Amino acid sequence: MIDYALIFGFVAISAALMMNLWRLAAGPTVMDRVVAVDTIVVNIIALIILYGIWVQTTLYFESALLLAMFSFISTVACCRFVLRGDVIE
Amino acid sequence: MNPYLELLIAFNIVVGAFFIAVGSYGLIKFPDLMSRLHGPSKATTLGVGGCLVASMLHVAALEGRLSIQEPLITFFLFLTAPVTAHFVAKAHLHTQVDPETELPRPPGRYGWSTFESVEDEAESAENQPAKIS
Repeated sequence: MIDYALIFGFVAISAALMMNLWRLAAGPTVMDRVVAVDTIVVNIIALIILYGIWVQTTLYFESALLLAMFSFISTVACCRFVLRGDVIE
Repeated sequence: MNPYLELLIAFNIVVGAFFIAVGSYGLIKFPDLMSRLHGPSKATTLGVGGCLVASMLHVAALEGRLSIQEPLITFFLFLTAPVTAHFVAKAHLHTQVDPETELPRPPGRYGWSTFESVEDEAESAENQPAKIS
């Protein structure tokens, strides 16, 4: 039963990633693209977690944690750059 | 594995993936950026939380121990999603929106705190003393 749920999850998250790519390509402003990249990383975290359930290992959780941290830091850096013209003042 | 636990894990995975798809659909469907922020910052965070709860239950059923990584990831994501949304909204306000014409004036003496500060108000009052008296 978990296998069918995982297949549904893979399909749904892949469709979500395609929609995020559309927003990344078509977004009219810079902030739209920043939101799209942030959502892409969150979706990839979910995909990594589901793959960890699929192969029955706990090896991939640290990479998911690292991706969460990098997503937050890069989004905040992009917003600071758009706001102030500099990342660290 | 216990079939009820298996059903619970499958339910969490399906709900999480559904909410992730809904949040990303909102990202391409809504008309402007302030509406578009709702999808990723609420629905997608809930979806990732569902997937992480499923993974935590799966590890607990498989190895008989509670893993510490999934609560850490959930805590971190739920902590950083509002901060990210706030930063994006603030950058959007400062780059795309004119505060004089497109935003309502808040009640009270001072305007929007992200556009004008109390110190600016005090300086302008010092420079023009006839205006406040």
